[in-house]
Amino acid sequence: MIRTMPVIPEVETCIHCGLCLNQCPTYRLTHLETASPRGRIYLIEAASHGRLDVTSGVADHLYLCLACRACETACPSGVQYGRVAEAARDVLGPPGRPFQRAMVRFALRHLMPHPGRLRSVAAVIRFYQRSGLAALALRLLPRRLRRPAALLPEASTRFYTPEAEVLPAIGEPRARVAFLTGCAMSLFFAEINEATLRLLRRNGCEVVLPQNQACCGALNIHNGEVASARAMARRNVDAFPVDVDAILTNAAGCGAAMKEYGHLLGDDPDYRERAERFSTLVRDTGEFLAALGLRNSPKATDRVVTYQDPCHLAHGQGVRAQPRALLAALPGTTLREMVASDRCCGSAGIYNFLQPETSDALLAEKMEAIRATGASVVVAPNPGCMMQLRYGVRRFGVPVRVAHLMDLLDEAGA
Amino acid sequence: MTLAPLIRRLQAIVGNAYALHRPEDLIVYEQDALMVSRHKPDLVVLPDTTQQVSEVVRAVRELGLPIVPRGAGTGLAGGAIPERGGVVVALTRMTRVHDIDPISKTAVVEAGLVNADLTAMLEPYGLFFAPDPGSQVAATIGGNVANNAGGPHCLAYGVTSNHVLGLEVVLADGTVTWVGSRALDEPGYDLTGILVGSEGTFGIVTKAIVRLLARREAVRTLLAIYDTMDAACEAASAVIASGIVPEALEIIDGMSMRAVNKTLQAGFPEDAEAALLIEVEGLAESVPVLIERIEAICHRQGARRIQTAATAQDRMGLWKGRKHAYGALGKLARRAIMLDVCAPRSHLARIMRQITEAGTRLNIQVANFFHAGDGNLHPNLLFEFDDNSPEYARVVATTEDIMWACIAVGGTITGEHGLGMEKREYLGWMNSDADIAAMKRVRDAFDPDGAMNPDKVFPTGRPVHGTIPSVRAAGGADR
Ligand SMILES: Cc1cc2nc3c(=O)[nH]c(=O)nc-3n(C[C@H](O)[C@H](O)[C@H](O)COP(=O)(O)OP(=O)(O)OC[C@H]3O[C@@H](n4cnc5c(N)ncnc54)[C@H](O)[C@@H]3O)c2cc1C
Ligand code: SF4
Ligand code: SF4
Repeated sequence: MIRTMPVIPEVETCIHCGLCLNQCPTYRLTHLETASPRGRIYLIEAASHGRLDVTSGVADHLYLCLACRACETACPSGVQYGRVAEAARDVLGPPGRPFQRAMVRFALRHLMPHPGRLRSVAAVIRFYQRSGLAALALRLLPRRLRRPAALLPEASTRFYTPEAEVLPAIGEPRARVAFLTGCAMSLFFAEINEATLRLLRRNGCEVVLPQNQACCGALNIHNGEVASARAMARRNVDAFPVDVDAILTNAAGCGAAMKEYGHLLGDDPDYRERAERFSTLVRDTGEFLAALGLRNSPKATDRVVTYQDPCHLAHGQGVRAQPRALLAALPGTTLREMVASDRCCGSAGIYNFLQPETSDALLAEKMEAIRATGASVVVAPNPGCMMQLRYGVRRFGVPVRVAHLMDLLDEAGA
Repeated sequence: MTLAPLIRRLQAIVGNAYALHRPEDLIVYEQDALMVSRHKPDLVVLPDTTQQVSEVVRAVRELGLPIVPRGAGTGLAGGAIPERGGVVVALTRMTRVHDIDPISKTAVVEAGLVNADLTAMLEPYGLFFAPDPGSQVAATIGGNVANNAGGPHCLAYGVTSNHVLGLEVVLADGTVTWVGSRALDEPGYDLTGILVGSEGTFGIVTKAIVRLLARREAVRTLLAIYDTMDAACEAASAVIASGIVPEALEIIDGMSMRAVNKTLQAGFPEDAEAALLIEVEGLAESVPVLIERIEAICHRQGARRIQTAATAQDRMGLWKGRKHAYGALGKLARRAIMLDVCAPRSHLARIMRQITEAGTRLNIQVANFFHAGDGNLHPNLLFEFDDNSPEYARVVATTEDIMWACIAVGGTITGEHGLGMEKREYLGWMNSDADIAAMKRVRDAFDPDGAMNPDKVFPTGRPVHGTIPSVRAAGGADR
């Protein structure tokens, strides 16, 4: 595979200072320059100036990256590495060995953009899990395939489908919002979507659930399928109303991706402006609720919780204080910070399936950090993080509940 | 020469993943933070133990290849660039802390440990490692030792050489040896002192015994804002002249503050031309008294406003802003070079005027933030062209004018970044031929073949940069 790398202008803002190195999870594990943000930027730069062939080795280095964007937080020069990685991966195509690539590409092109097909997949997964086949598979599958099978969280009893297109506010209306139901959230965490909507409505939000919405396209963008991601973004721009106070999502990855629609569709004259508009309205539910203020006083529960910053919330959207402020509003709940709460847990979209060794090393570190807090709940408001942490809790036997922020707020009657 | 047998041997020593030889693995090691020079190594090795370092050195030296030690590659003088090719030995995997002794306030750490990671580990003991270069979040202890790194707080605490008691070193023939010890004063030669600042030309540092300091009871930080660089410099000189030695006394100019504000909420003013960042530490009773005296001096020197950091977070914000200043320049220009020169503290205002004049004359934008307290200046040259364009001659000329101006008032051509490749041709500006010959004899005693980091530190007689001749080549030292 030898391709040419176009010049990616963002690369020029890197001044090679190296301040990002030690903040990058893959550099911390390997201590190799090629596994660092600066090294990856250098590879891209060298390739686009013809000083380096784009071999499969280069692709491997660029796909060992978690796309966690911790380097953006660290970078004094404001290099938006997320955009650099997306542009480079679009040239490289999806990651993995040929068979994996084909599978990933198939899923990204033919499943993710189609809610109907996703729903069918959900039915298959559910049948597989409930029928006992899953348990069997875990025993019979070759070792190499056992891990992905174990990673798969239990699918919700049903795929989340909204009961109506508009759900009225409960009590005095305070805001009108639109809500992205999301693919992973609908498939694996339908109850959390329900909790989120209850919570929003109790806090005076009228919620619009556009029928025609699609998955946000984040996985496609991160895995070298930008064209299909653009199609999904266009569909959402068409589907969502903009006469709302905010477009909400309870998945950090989706929020980060949708806040970038303006950039993603920046070259599309028909969509550019509407996409910009769309992006400025996007909020994480935690971010939004913290600004709106909780209306009801929550019930008290005595417990210690710890908070895992989802990468795409903390590094991608700069949302750190708001979820913590909401936790602080829960009486009896003590927040005990873990070491490096904003370091990636190794989930990173489909990374945990494709790079099991790196993913496991990060997960092991994360589990230790969680265990050390003595918390009984770890809050991680993003489906990818929740799946990974639930897998980690089972595998490392850490006695904590993995919850979404919306879960705790809804349970407390906030 | 085919490298295949060497590669196999190195792989056997450090493991396949850490003996790098493919183009895409090597190319990222052709540069450090000096943006204007690059040379690809023949091989890169990342050993995990001192024993491995020693075996690697033996294997490489048997083939006669040069060796370039490397830490995090944050050096600004090109010290880790393998100009002659050869084998880069990167210490970044060696990050262990062998011993922290809170009683004797020492620690034994491996060379690849990141400076800020050490300080984070010391937090529970109430101790810290004083050298705090702007790059401390990434730079290694080995790199700090090799370049004798300084930092804002070195005004009161001293530079790296004041905080290293002993070193484990692998010499050019693979011998492993210790110099110094936990004791503050050793009988015999102070070889630790010689090794600190030797820029990787004497051997590879594998471990260091570092001295730790106890955190002070109280700390206060203030930012005094001025309308001109002149006034800020006069104020800094006045603080020093009053006999107060703050823990840190920095100046940052308006251009840099505005650049930092673009990426970070550091709390810098948008409309000032310069600001003094001053920190004092000490006993809870004495700190407020000191800070009051400093504020009075700053006011007398025409400060437009003085803001004190009210919370620990404000204080961290100001320091983060200061430490991000170089990086933030990436927002202003495609290329930036951070110079590192010194001038006597009584001449700050004058030398800063000369720096501005040099930039104007040669049409190079200059941003400044520096350790005013010890007269260690960092003019940052900003430009848009590549280093291989003819325009680069203006960068060389500006650099030389600034260095010359510093020498003329009794300053030096480097404060803390080392000579590396960037400054080596200028060593003769400050030192006589006899001085240089004496230094070379010391180097030869450690490394008779010149195998360790060759062509660094000492003049090579080649043009300073590519084909661009030195403007003042004839200058030389006339002491
Ligand atoms: C943003 C920024 C801010 C900076 N601020 C400061 C500052 O305030 N003060 C300051 O002093 N410097 C500063 N620097 C310069 C630089 O960070 C320091 O010189 C630092 O000590 C280099 O450490 P490193 O691990 O990156 O070493 P490298 O850059 O990898 O190497 C530097 C030199 O040390 C040698 N070396 C490295 N490790 C070893 C070893 N184990 N044994 C023998 N030789 C070795 C190399 O051969 C090279 O000559 C700054 C740099 C940047 C990019
Ligand atoms: S996105 Fe994360 S893994 Fe990738 S280079 Fe940046 S910090 Fe490293
Ligand atoms: S911190 Fe930013 S500018 Fe510095 S090397 Fe990393 S990406 Fe480049």
